[in-house]
Amino acid sequence: MKIAVCVKQVPDSWAEKKMVNGVLDREGVDAVLNDLDEYAVEEALRIVEAHGGNEEGGANSVTIVSMGPERATEAIRKALSMGANDAILVSDVALAGSDALATSKVLAEVIKNGGFDLVICGTESTDARMSVVPAMLAQRLGWAQLTFASIVSVDPAANTVSITRTTEAGVDAINAKLPAVVSVVEKINEPRYPSFKGIMAAKKKTIDSRDLASVGVSAESAWSLVADSAPRPPRAAGVKVTDEGNGGNDLVKFLTEKKFI
Amino acid sequence: MSQIFILADFAGDKSTKTTAELATAAARNGSVTAIVLAAPGAGAILAATVKHGPIANVLVVESADFATHGVAAAADAISQIIAQKSPSAILIASHAYGKEVAGRVAVATDSGIITDAVDVAADLTATQLVFGGSTTVHSKVSNGVPIITVRPNSIEADLSDSSPAVENLSLTISDAAKLATTTSSTPPVKGGRPELTEAQVVVSGGRGTNGDFSAVEGFADSLGAAVGASRAATDAGWYPHSHQVGQTGKTVSPQLYVACGISGAIQHRAGMQTSKTIAVVNKDPEAPIFDLADFGVVGDLFAVLPQATQGVTAQKS
Ligand SMILES: Cc1cc2nc3c(=O)[nH]c(=O)nc-3n(C[C@H](O)[C@H](O)[C@H](O)COP(=O)(O)OP(=O)(O)OC[C@H]3O[C@@H](n4cnc5c(N)ncnc54)[C@H](O)[C@@H]3O)c2cc1C
Repeated sequence: MKIAVCVKQVPDSWAEKKMVNGVLDREGVDAVLNDLDEYAVEEALRIVEAHGGNEEGGANSVTIVSMGPERATEAIRKALSMGANDAILVSDVALAGSDALATSKVLAEVIKNGGFDLVICGTESTDARMSVVPAMLAQRLGWAQLTFASIVSVDPAANTVSITRTTEAGVDAINAKLPAVVSVVEKINEPRYPSFKGIMAAKKKTIDSRDLASVGVSAESAWSLVADSAPRPPRAAGVKVTDEGNGGNDLVKFLTEKKFI
Repeated sequence: MSQIFILADFAGDKSTKTTAELATAAARNGSVTAIVLAAPGAGAILAATVKHGPIANVLVVESADFATHGVAAAADAISQIIAQKSPSAILIASHAYGKEVAGRVAVATDSGIITDAVDVAADLTATQLVFGGSTTVHSKVSNGVPIITVRPNSIEADLSDSSPAVENLSLTISDAAKLATTTSSTPPVKGGRPELTEAQVVVSGGRGTNGDFSAVEGFADSLGAAVGASRAATDAGWYPHSHQVGQTGKTVSPQLYVACGISGAIQHRAGMQTSKTIAVVNKDPEAPIFDLADFGVVGDLFAVLPQATQGVTAQKS
């Protein structure tokens, strides 16, 4: 079983983000592994561990696939230190400011040629929050889409994968033949902390850096163009009262003034 | 006049208010056709509920594949409709299912996509609030048929009745859209309260409820509000996951959001900070949620909420 896990380096959730020339300014902020992708790495590791592990040279492996600037290697090292085998990073100046369509195109091309049985993604990146890349990947690859999984089970003998899909629309049981694209929700597992041994081992693991030419796709400009962006005025400071026996009534007074009652 | 399509949004076999919101935005651009994807034999029942908002036509496609092959089958049908009818754009509700359908349609039709719009202008410029609502962005699709997903409850819906002409269209879902099979579906448990993403008022409880949501529910009911929860509360099993507000739950944008016993973690804020008015009840004066509050009460929710519930009820009677 060869699993690809798609990860993204994103600005730290707490970092103040701003737009420069219509795209997110990624230079000035601390960057981390998208935390929702950690669940995808963890799930991939659990799947291979349930089927004999991912020792070097064995039948199973977990490969991290990412698109981003060179410095995304920091986020990739974290995924490697959790226990993934190796990584592919597509990095090219022509990709700066890519949208989900371009991202999915590049990732699909890498995955298509990598001999993978299964792709696992997080449900969204904490910066763009579009939540469409896994579905786009499935469409581009022509593979089954099993997304928003809160449970995943793989049967290598039958060559199938089954998930429990958990969304606001309810809970569905879905299955498919491999190859498939799976995305996992954060309720699925508790990602492991990299061990010291894992961190040391990750330093020696291969990150295969590729540019667009070697992936074999051409850069495309984004198909949605930002006309303008502006910081919204900060919320005006509100009123804060301390309950000394009348807090509930104070709240009602506020709601009445605002015509909510 | 240009023809613009929306994907009608349903809860069970009833069209939601979101459908009317999509129609309201779409009608600024052209004459609105609502697509209804239905199980065989169910099209007429669903279509009959698509009657609020400026909708000129309803296009019904019936196929058993929509239930068994989910997102992929829906996207396949919509892509075929786009190829046949060349609409000026397609508007879809911005929830997990809607965004995934939109993503696949964008790939299949070589079109640009914008998600999570809170407004769409006549020239199809979309407004988005990004970075946790701190920045407003205006953007436009520059390629293909614009695919735009619109957040429920962001556009004031024209709810007036319309009597659209109904057309049935028969399509064959392609084999490539049938690779994943849904073997069972359990819809979320519906209570008597308004739907979270559609509600005008949301009252949410967090770890501060200590598992007892009665005060939160009582206050919510006095205001006719939906009930939300933080992840701490859903993880503990105190409230169903379908009520979770935040990054990995629902994004809500009501007129009024009341956060009770919720600290205001960044992941919770991500789901509620575009609410028009925010009120907070929390016993820790330093809780970060107070930074967002238009009105905050530092106090015990088990004292403040019952008193407030009584106050609201007294005023209403
Ligand atoms: C990947 C990821 C995704 C996440 N997604 C989400 C998400 O979608 N939604 C979400 O909410 N969180 C999410 N979280 C979790 C988030 O980080 C916080 O842990 C969570 O929001 C905390 O919930 P809380 O505010 O209820 O609990 P706490 O942070 O424990 O806060 C409880 C608050 O209640 C107050 N309190 C206690 N007792 C009382 C009382 N009697 N009266 C009044 N106030 C009282 C306390 O002062 C405190 O401020 C996510 C985290 C991760 C890592």
